[in-house]
Amino acid sequence: MQKRILLLFLINIISISFLWAQSDFPPSPNPPRLVNDFTQTLSPSEISQLENKLVAYNDSTSSQVSIVMIRSIGPYDISDYAFKLGDLWGIGRKDKENGILILAAMEDRKVFIATGYGMEGAVPDILAKRIVDQLIVPNFKMEQYYTGLDKATDMIFKLASGEYQADKVVSKGNHGGAIVFFLFFLFLFVILPMLKNRKDNDNHMGGKGGGIDLFTSIMLANLLRGGGGGKFGDFSSGRGGFGGRSGGGGFGGFGGGSFGGGGAGGSW
Amino acid sequence: MKKFLIPIIVLVLIGIFVYTKAVGVYNQFVQTEETINGEWAEVETQYQRRADLIPNLVNTVKGYADFEQETLTGVIEARSKATSININAENLTPEKIAEFQQAQDQLSGALSRLLVTVERYPDLKANQNFLELQAQLEGTENRIAVARRNFNQSVQAYNSNLRTFPNNIFAGWYGFDRKGYFEASEGSENAPTVQF
Repeated sequence: MQKRILLLFLINIISISFLWAQSDFPPSPNPPRLVNDFTQTLSPSEISQLENKLVAYNDSTSSQVSIVMIRSIGPYDISDYAFKLGDLWGIGRKDKENGILILAAMEDRKVFIATGYGMEGAVPDILAKRIVDQLIVPNFKMEQYYTGLDKATDMIFKLASGEYQADKVVSKGNHGGAIVFFLFFLFLFVILPMLKNRKDNDNHMGGKGGGIDLFTSIMLANLLRGGGGGKFGDFSSGRGGFGGRSGGGGFGGFGGGSFGGGGAGGSW
Repeated sequence: MKKFLIPIIVLVLIGIFVYTKAVGVYNQFVQTEETINGEWAEVETQYQRRADLIPNLVNTVKGYADFEQETLTGVIEARSKATSININAENLTPEKIAEFQQAQDQLSGALSRLLVTVERYPDLKANQNFLELQAQLEGTENRIAVARRNFNQSVQAYNSNLRTFPNNIFAGWYGFDRKGYFEASEGSENAPTVQF
């Protein structure tokens, strides 16, 4: 009996590893991350620096720039592999198609910047080519992988600044909005509690109280985010304003964007 | 009385079943056919884009007086041949697609010969104009590859759907035909492995 269980267990493991070997593409990272180094080339602190930078950019513009480093792309063209991987993971928002994938195959010494449909205007192939040739390849040749990726992402941010904005950005100079918000605040904090107290007088179990608190806090969070977004909009470089971002909350996940063949690559 | 009714009810039920099934299959085929038409348009657009780049490329290269005329005329001829073949989306038969692919592959071959020849001209290779054209050409080739892949995937799903029972019977009634797709280029079978 025990032997049988052991055997089943072994078969299971073998079939699972077989399945793994069958797929040419790594599964979408869980929890979602924008920087995926399957090669242990970057140090953990470099990864988290890049990750923070890319997550902040995603938060403020909704554009998703992802970095993937694998060992070898095998039979694929680096471009083909990048597009398939980008499609598979769904980098970028589905409605905006604003994903960019920087793929590096370390053993093949090849790198490719794939741009989603929506980013082809902001980062045309020629500029992607220049980023690869002038920022990534020289640094990668000197084995300064972090510097290359850091500079490349900076340049992409510069090119793409203003192309897309996060959804909850409040337009600038909208003074009427402030009054509305103030009234809303007043309503939430003063009038609603009063109404609720009157209604809830008989019931002190507190079961319902949680609902309004949650609601209030969600509203508050939204308001704060809205305000913050407005401030981000003032910066043109796309990078300067992130200092004030609250620390919490990592990357929320890929959005189902797709790739149509934009981008350029090179080898070092 | 009752014995008389049962076969009629059964027949009516069968009739309703066949009818709804037929309508469903028809609509399904129409929808996938429209998707395929859209993807075919994308394939043609990208090939057209490549064809549009070629005159610029040829002019840039021509500036170098001693450039081999043979390769240039090869590209120009292949281009005019490739652009002369256009397939209506209604008519995506395997033969037509094969013909189209052959003409385009010839152009790809002529272009790659041109790019190889350029290697012998260092001045030209460093020419900014040429470099940008080359980057654009590469981007277009990538887009062609993606458009072709999307088209192939849809056509394969359509074809296999078309040939399975009972859809094949209905498809025969309505006159839906198999569609052609792009064949993989030679040498893509021997595959080394991918390592993450």
